[in-house]
Amino acid sequence: MDITTLSALKVGKKIKQKELSVTEAVKAQLDKIKSQDASYNCYISLLEEEALSQAIEVQKRLEAGEWKESPLAGVPVAVKDNICTKGVKTTCASKILHNFVPPYEATVIERLKAAGAVIIGKTNMDEFAMGSTTETSFFGVTKNPRNTAHVPGGSSGGSAAAVAADEAFYALGSDTGGSIRQPSAFCGVTGIKPTYGTVSRYGLVAYASSLDQIGPIGKDVADCAAALDIISGYDRKDSTSVKKDNYDYSKALVDDVKGMRIGIPRGYLGKGLDDEVRVSILAAAKELEKKGATVEEFDLEAIDYAIPAYYVIASAEASSNLSRYDGIKYGFRTEAFEGLQEVYKQTRSEGFGMEVKRRMMIGAFVLSSGYYDAYYNKALKVKALIKQGFDKAFEKYDIILGPTAPSTAPKLSESLSDPLKMYLDDIYTVSVNLTGLPAISVPCGNDSAGLPIGMQLIGRHFGEKDIIRAAYSFERTKA
Amino acid sequence: MEITDSTIDYVAALAKLELSSEEKEKAKKDLGSILDYMATMNELDTDGIEPMSHVFPIRNVFREDVVTNQNNREALLQNAPEKKDGCFKVPKTVE
Repeated sequence: MDITTLSALKVGKKIKQKELSVTEAVKAQLDKIKSQDASYNCYISLLEEEALSQAIEVQKRLEAGEWKESPLAGVPVAVKDNICTKGVKTTCASKILHNFVPPYEATVIERLKAAGAVIIGKTNMDEFAMGSTTETSFFGVTKNPRNTAHVPGGSSGGSAAAVAADEAFYALGSDTGGSIRQPSAFCGVTGIKPTYGTVSRYGLVAYASSLDQIGPIGKDVADCAAALDIISGYDRKDSTSVKKDNYDYSKALVDDVKGMRIGIPRGYLGKGLDDEVRVSILAAAKELEKKGATVEEFDLEAIDYAIPAYYVIASAEASSNLSRYDGIKYGFRTEAFEGLQEVYKQTRSEGFGMEVKRRMMIGAFVLSSGYYDAYYNKALKVKALIKQGFDKAFEKYDIILGPTAPSTAPKLSESLSDPLKMYLDDIYTVSVNLTGLPAISVPCGNDSAGLPIGMQLIGRHFGEKDIIRAAYSFERTKA
Repeated sequence: MEITDSTIDYVAALAKLELSSEEKEKAKKDLGSILDYMATMNELDTDGIEPMSHVFPIRNVFREDVVTNQNNREALLQNAPEKKDGCFKVPKTVE
């Protein structure tokens, strides 16, 4: 039997019940990757030797009685390549970091290892997590396993595609404007962006710090909840980490939405939304209604301005965060230069791809004197209004339902020529990052071409349990 | 918004980038349309609204000033493109 098709929790259970060894699980995963990843390019680095030696170590400790309460102990996991792994290359899919080996471990990796996880590899992504297609990677394009003529979405496209192609039991991604949810929708898998501050960002290579959040991608809701249980929690190394513990997301896996109040923003169903996606989302909402939830449409204030505000804020923070890549302390350095200023300029010009350069320039522009108020300050005010809109909505509703993306996965290279068009792929997801809310994308059908459609459920701050419960209940209607 | 050559040069200098003439042309076009799109925010009345940087009410976080770092100079230097005598090596900055 091909165990790579199983869910992470099922594999964890088999390992616990001694039906499967950790080495067998790791080997099966590696074999699958080696036999087919040439078609998809989900991975930048495969950690074959490390994973096999880790497997032996984990097996020993399991046999010694450790990790009795850890459901994912021994299960291989894939990690987006912008999350630092000590002693293992972390490239951010950029030439400028192509040879960077972090001398420290991200907190999420420490937590995964402490729970008995085995890191199987580092997944492909848009360069520095800037993009919606995973086509801007220095290490080549990732293809959608459901149809290789299409993009997997981005920027966690490698992680989502790996899970969809059974090349990972589950994976970590990062979500700045929808980068976990949108590729999950395009690849037909499940992904959660938790409340800002829930998962430590220590060791996540920063793109836009006020918006970035690490989260899990899995084959189903239960796997995501189990992974989130492991990686959540206060971390003193991240000054934005929230002092809260005992999240216990897996306890929310209850097939019951009776009395749950669900709101659908009217604007989420309007212009720009693909007809087949609309039909699928409304049908999913009906299913939840049949199970006892109340569903109604409402107007979400200021939501039309989320994308411009998002790109102003994200670009501003990116231009600041990426100033550290100067060819001095780590990463790529240009060969031809005269003087220090030249090292900086040439290194950056040769080391960054076009989308990253574009966002750094936009960032520099909106923060420059004369434009700061008109763009950056204005965006922060729009963000305040969007937050007010959500606050008001959550007085009436427990969760907000809508599409994850306006269409199914576009064809390869279709979006790249027009950056504005690509930015619009994030239209339903960015407001969640601006406001720090948690959201999940769960598969809810396919279009007539067979490409997956994702439904997004947004919760109030720390309302992960609500969205997990609703997503789990919805998943049961499909089972 | 019309983006001029001098604006592109200024922004590239701020971002410490050197653009080829081809990249400059592309940047001019893209930046113009992206900034126009961003300017649609102006349709929204934000008079009297406080700019919000943090979603949560934040407080400063204090802790005792205790040294926790170890001496890991070697590890920190391992990624340097050029190093010498335990330091990062950079080109001469003064004549």
